[in-house]
Amino acid sequence: MAQTTPGGAPLLEVRNLKVEFPTRRGTLVAVDDVSFAIAPGEVLGVVGESGAGKSLTGAAIIGLLEPPGRIAAGQVLLEGARIDNLPPEAMRKIRGRKIGAIFQDPLTSLNPLYSVGRQLIETMQTHLDISAGAAKQRAIELLQSTGIQAAQQRIEHYPHQFSGGMRQRVVIALALAAEPKLIIADEPTTALDVSIQAQIIALLKKLCREHRTAVMLVTHDMGVIAETADRVAVMYAGRIVEIGPVADVIHRPEHPYTVGLMGSIPSLVTETERLAQIDGAMPRLNAIPAGCAFNPRCTRVFERCRSERPNLIPVNTTQAACWLHAR
Amino acid sequence: MLAFIIRRVMQSAAVMLTVAFVAFGLFNFVGDPVASMLGQDATPDDRARLRADLGLDDPFYKQFASFVGNAVKGEFGLSLRQGRKVSTLLKERMPATLELSFTAAILALVLGIPMGVYTALRRNSWFSQVLLTISLVGVSLPTFLIGIYLILIFAVLLGWLPSFGRGDVTALGWWTTGYLTQSGLKAIILPSITLSLFVMTLVMRLVRSEMLEVLRTDYIKFARARGLTDRSVHFGHALMNTLVPVITIVGLQLGGIIAFAIITETVFQWPGMGLLFIQAVQFADIPVMAAYLCLIALIFVIINLIVDLLYYAVDPRLRIDRATTGH
Repeated sequence: MAQTTPGGAPLLEVRNLKVEFPTRRGTLVAVDDVSFAIAPGEVLGVVGESGAGKSLTGAAIIGLLEPPGRIAAGQVLLEGARIDNLPPEAMRKIRGRKIGAIFQDPLTSLNPLYSVGRQLIETMQTHLDISAGAAKQRAIELLQSTGIQAAQQRIEHYPHQFSGGMRQRVVIALALAAEPKLIIADEPTTALDVSIQAQIIALLKKLCREHRTAVMLVTHDMGVIAETADRVAVMYAGRIVEIGPVADVIHRPEHPYTVGLMGSIPSLVTETERLAQIDGAMPRLNAIPAGCAFNPRCTRVFERCRSERPNLIPVNTTQAACWLHAR
Repeated sequence: MLAFIIRRVMQSAAVMLTVAFVAFGLFNFVGDPVASMLGQDATPDDRARLRADLGLDDPFYKQFASFVGNAVKGEFGLSLRQGRKVSTLLKERMPATLELSFTAAILALVLGIPMGVYTALRRNSWFSQVLLTISLVGVSLPTFLIGIYLILIFAVLLGWLPSFGRGDVTALGWWTTGYLTQSGLKAIILPSITLSLFVMTLVMRLVRSEMLEVLRTDYIKFARARGLTDRSVHFGHALMNTLVPVITIVGLQLGGIIAFAIITETVFQWPGMGLLFIQAVQFADIPVMAAYLCLIALIFVIINLIVDLLYYAVDPRLRIDRATTGH
């Protein structure tokens, strides 16, 4: 049940994606029946606790699931064409060129033995028909646009000569090097100092607006989502439990899990003694309960939640997978 | 950089002095040269005179100083067995050993590195399993046994290759080479394979394990996400990062190849320094033993120095002075 987005055909469409890990003790389903779409230039936030399947969804889209993980069912469409069943070489050409990626830890994302210029230039020359000189010129402009001072000299430098925040700027430049249409940013600020997080997010937002690049922003930080995303998908135990425009999901969450998530964000406006918390922990992949996966922790659980699994249904302006709304 | 080289050269000098001390000790603890030179009939006066002539009644430090002084000039006196200058003997034998060691080292690298890369990339293929199994044999079988088997198969049963000696050699100044004649090339095949097998399997296993380690890193994942070709990811980014530990081990092993060519040279009656040393040990030919000891130590020290300089060439983190880091 892919949804159409304002502004024409979706850039990326994920239909009923299922990612599983075969193990000796049976198959673990890490991402289950996930569907969403991203419009050109749109920022989709994906939130959830660790292990909810956010990162795996991203990895599945760019075809970099670590074996034995595999796409067991569903489709991934880029600009209307399936990419989940492409041969490796064709998929490689899409990575970087059509879909860029940014990973969590900028300290380890860059090859320590190559200068940043070399890494930028090789990325461009892999995907674009561009001379070495022109690539170098573009690399300098790109570094400048990410706010790195004296890019002319810095381009010769090696990753260890940059601080964490600076390295994440380089990583962003690398992800944008071949002008992709979509960037999958997997926890791009988690490993950074809080003081730098806002800068990096603002930079990402600015550059993507300039380049009209869509972003799938995977994070567990609701603050980042509220600031950046157009729409947000909330994931729990491998499924999307709520998806909708970011303001609506934050102010009028429909799923009890989303309600809990919002309650756990500290507010500067109202004083609270204690933050609300959701009791218990997300189930392990090999012990997902029958019915709604959230039912053991849900405060508003009733009979149907324990036996039947809810699907996403429209609720006001968002969609939520909860029996409370199936009246 | 220069300070580093100077420091290393001084350390090397200290190592060489220690080795010279041990070599010098050989003269004092392995029999009395005066007794063996004069025979049993000599009077105590004769002995005292010879002792004074030879400088053997000088204090210890003076004798050691003159030993070191001569050693620096390459003079270690006369061989007790052959009555010729030790330096001339070693000079005659050195080309044979160095050519054998060089051929073995090249074989080990040229075959070992690609096999290591292959077994890391195609971890589960049957050919990798075969290579790994054979490499176990290479690591665990003693050199002399491998040499004898090779002789049995290729020299005795098949009659393709000579079982001993160096074949015809061509003189280039004082250097004699077997590379320029057919019989010389044929003769070097079996001993160089024998000598290289251990190091080859070591290099292969080392490259494999380092490569597996590197392939798991974030920057390889990110290189893939940028859509770089497999060739560039595997042989550029990944292999470069495995080189530092490989250089260390190969450097040490290269010294080992030269030093422990003794066994291979004995099995194949290869007219090199190792064979000279073995014969010297049998006849208690102390000047030859002392000279061999110093020469091998010198080779080790030089190789280690080169290895340290290679680190600088490979790893930019060592190359750049601290002033420019830490932005």
